[in-house]
Amino acid sequence: MNLQPPATSASVTVKSVSKRFSSFPALNDVSLEIAPGEFMALLGPSGSGKTTLLRVIAGLEVPDAGQVLFGKRDVTRVPVAQRGVGFVFQHYALFGHMTVAENIAFGLTVMKRSDRPSRPRIAERVAELLALVQLDGYEKRFPSQLSGGQRQRIALARALARKPSILLLDEPFGALDAKVRRELRTALRKIHEEVGLTSVFVTHDHEEAFGLAERVTVLGSGVIEEVGTPEQLRASTNGFVRRFLE
Amino acid sequence: MLMARNSRSVLPGFGLSFGITLFWLSAIVLVPLSAVFAKSVTGGWDEFVAAALSDRALAAYRLSFGAALLAAAINCVFGLIVAWVLVRYDFPGKRLFGAAVDLPFALPTAVAGIALTALYADTGLLGAPLAAWGLPVAYQPAGVVMALTFIGLPFVVRTLEPVLAEVSQEAEEAAMTLGATRLQTMARVIFPTLVPALATGFALAFARGAGEYGSVIFIAGNMPFRSEIAPLLIVTQLEEYDFAGAASIAVVMLLVSLAMLLVLNLLQHWQRRRLG
Amino acid sequence: MARPRHLSEPRPLQLLLILVALAYMGLMLFLPLGAVLVQALQDGWTAWLDAVREPDALAAIRLTLLVAGISVPLNMIFGVAAAWAISKYDFRGKTLLVTLIELPFSVSPVVSGLVFVLLFGAQGWFGEWLAARNIEIIFAVPGLVLATVFVTFPFVARQLIPLMTLQGREEEEAALSLGASGWQTFWRVTLPNIRFGLLYGVLLCNARAMGEFGAVSVVSGHIRGETNTMPLHVEVLYNEYNFVAAFAVASLLAGLALVTLVLKSFLEWRHGDELAAARH
Repeated sequence: MNLQPPATSASVTVKSVSKRFSSFPALNDVSLEIAPGEFMALLGPSGSGKTTLLRVIAGLEVPDAGQVLFGKRDVTRVPVAQRGVGFVFQHYALFGHMTVAENIAFGLTVMKRSDRPSRPRIAERVAELLALVQLDGYEKRFPSQLSGGQRQRIALARALARKPSILLLDEPFGALDAKVRRELRTALRKIHEEVGLTSVFVTHDHEEAFGLAERVTVLGSGVIEEVGTPEQLRASTNGFVRRFLE
Repeated sequence: MLMARNSRSVLPGFGLSFGITLFWLSAIVLVPLSAVFAKSVTGGWDEFVAAALSDRALAAYRLSFGAALLAAAINCVFGLIVAWVLVRYDFPGKRLFGAAVDLPFALPTAVAGIALTALYADTGLLGAPLAAWGLPVAYQPAGVVMALTFIGLPFVVRTLEPVLAEVSQEAEEAAMTLGATRLQTMARVIFPTLVPALATGFALAFARGAGEYGSVIFIAGNMPFRSEIAPLLIVTQLEEYDFAGAASIAVVMLLVSLAMLLVLNLLQHWQRRRLG
Repeated sequence: MARPRHLSEPRPLQLLLILVALAYMGLMLFLPLGAVLVQALQDGWTAWLDAVREPDALAAIRLTLLVAGISVPLNMIFGVAAAWAISKYDFRGKTLLVTLIELPFSVSPVVSGLVFVLLFGAQGWFGEWLAARNIEIIFAVPGLVLATVFVTFPFVARQLIPLMTLQGREEEEAALSLGASGWQTFWRVTLPNIRFGLLYGVLLCNARAMGEFGAVSVVSGHIRGETNTMPLHVEVLYNEYNFVAAFAVASLLAGLALVTLVLKSFLEWRHGDELAAARH
C-alpha cells in the first residue's frame, strides 16, 4: 500500500480567537497549540464552543478576532477550499447522488486540470483509501445502501483523499451505536498512526476523548478550561473539569 | 381492483368515507372519461384513426405539444433562477415576489389570455417594439409559447423551492472542505440533487401547457395548420356536431395525460430514492 | 433565510441573479396583471362601473357565485371523505386511488367539458332519456356545475391527504377510548386539527371554480345573461371588440385572484407548519 504521510503534518496554532453569533459569544479569546502529528480532542458540553473552534480551524467560520496558523502560515483569511484540511461532518454529508467511489474522488476531481491526477490514478487512490477504511470493493454502492458506520468510514476516506495535513472530525461517533463506535475508534486510531497526520476531533463524551486522544482540550462556555493528557486531566484540580468528568 | 379491505383500524367510518370517495370519483371522473373512449370508436377503428390523426389534428398536436415543451424548457431555466433567488437571497420585496409566483394559478385563464394579447398585439406595449424588430408574437405560434410560459412558471418554481431549501448545508460545506470552488459546488453537488425536482416541474408544466385552452385562444390566432391548438380543434369539431371526431382527438390528449401521470409517478419515486 | 457568507455566491453574481429573477417575474407576472387594470380603467371609473353593472354582467356574476357555491361544498365533502378513508385506514390500491383523484389536474379543460357533453348532450348516452323528461343539463346550470366539479375535483383532497396521513390516527383512537362516538371524534378532534389545511384547499378550489374557462365554455352554450359565467362573459365582450367592458369584468376576476393570493400567503405565513405537509 502506498500511503505516504502528507508532505507536512502541520502544527495548528490558534491565537486569541473570538467569535460571536448574533448575541451570544461562542468563543472568547481562545488560544491553543496542537503539535504536528498530534491526536487532539476538543471536549465539552453542548454550547461550550468546541464545534465552533473546530469550524474556525477548518475555515468554515471566520473569527471576529485572532489568528489561525498552520505551521508558520497564517490561514485566518484563507478560504476553506484552499486550506487543505480534511473535515468529517457529524452527519457524514455524503453526496447522495454519487457512488462511494465518486464521493471519495470528489476532492481530486475538482482540482485544477493541471494538478488533477489522471483517471487511473484517481481510481487507484480510491481503492487505496477503501482498503484503508476496510471497505474494499464498495466503489459502486450509493450512500443510501450503507450502514451508519460504513458511511462514517466513507466520509473519512473522502476527507483523506487529497492528503490533507490536518484532519478535523465533528462528533465522529455521535450518531452510532456503542458496538460500531468501539470498532470505529480502533480503526481511527490505526489510521491516525498509519497516515500520521494532525487530527482534531470534537466530542461531548469524555470516555471517548480519553480513550482516543493523546491530549484533550476541555472547553466550557466559550473558553478553554484546561489542556492536558488524559492522566493529567483525571488528576485535575479545576472545578469545571472535575464536575464535567463526573 | 381497489378493495381487499384489511382495515386494521378501530376507527369507524371506513365504509361511509370510502363509499363517498368511490361513488364521487366514479360519477365525476371515471365514468365520464370512459365515455370519451367509448364515443371515439363508435364509427369504428378506421374512422377513429382518420379523425385522431388527420393532417389538421397532427398540426394541432405538434403546436400544442411543441409549444408546451418549449415553454416548459424556458421555465426550467428561469424558474430555477427565480426559485434559487427566492430561497437563498434576501432582498426588499421578497415576500411580495414569492407570493406573486402563484399568480398564474390564481388568475383565471381567460383574463391572462386577454391581458397577454393586449400586451403582445402589434399595438401593445411589448408587441409594438417586437413587431418592429420583425418578431411578431400575437396571433403567431410564438404567442402560444408566451401564454404557456406564463401558465407554467409556478409549477417549476413551486416544485424546486422545497428541494432547494433542503439541500443540506453540511453537503455544501463538505464540498468546500474538499477544495471545490463555489461554482463546482453548485454544478456538482447542488444541481444534481435538483434534477428530479426540475424534471417533475418540467413534466407538470408540460402537462398543463399541452391541454391549456383559455390563456391561449386569444393570443394564438387560431389558424388551422398554423396556430390552432389541439383543445381548440376539439371545440371546433364540437361546434360542427362531429362528436366522434372531437372524442377521437380528446382520446389522444388523454393518452398523453396518462403517460405524463405515469412519468410523474416515476419521477417522484426517483426523487424519494435520491433524497433517502 | 440568509445563508452564511462562505455558502453563498459572490455579491455581484447574487445581484445579477436577483435582477434576472425580478425582471422575469416582472415581465411574466406583473406586466399582464397591470395590463388588465390599465385597460379596464382606460375610459375612467364611470365606464368601468357601467360595464360591471350592466344586466348581463350582473347575471354572469350571479351565475359564477351560484356555480362555485354548489361545486366547492360538494368537493369539500368529497375531499374530507377521501382524505379520511385514505389516511386513517390501510387498504390495497391506495396509491392508485390517490393517482385517480389527481387525474383531473392532467386532463385538458376542454376535454373535461367534452366528457359531459358526450354523456348528457342531445347526442349523448343519456341525451334522449333526458330530453324525454325535459331535463336540461348541457347548456344549463347543472352542466356548468358538473364541469366545474370535475376540474376542481382534487383541490381539497390533495391538501388534506398528506396532512391527515402525517397526523396519523392516535388522537382519534384516544378520543374513542375516552368514549366519544365516531362523529364526535370527527367534529371535535379531527376537524380542528385540519381546519387550516381545509381552508387552504377550499380557497384554491374556489379560485379555480370561479375562474374556470375551458371546461365551462364547452358545456355553456354561451347564452347571454343565462349560461355565461364571468370568464365566459369576458370572452363574449372581447370577441365583440368591447374591450373596455371585457377588461372591466376581467379586473373583477383579477381582484379575486389577488384576494386569493393574499389569503393564501396569510395562511402560509400563520399556519405554515400545518400546510407544509402537502408540499412534499
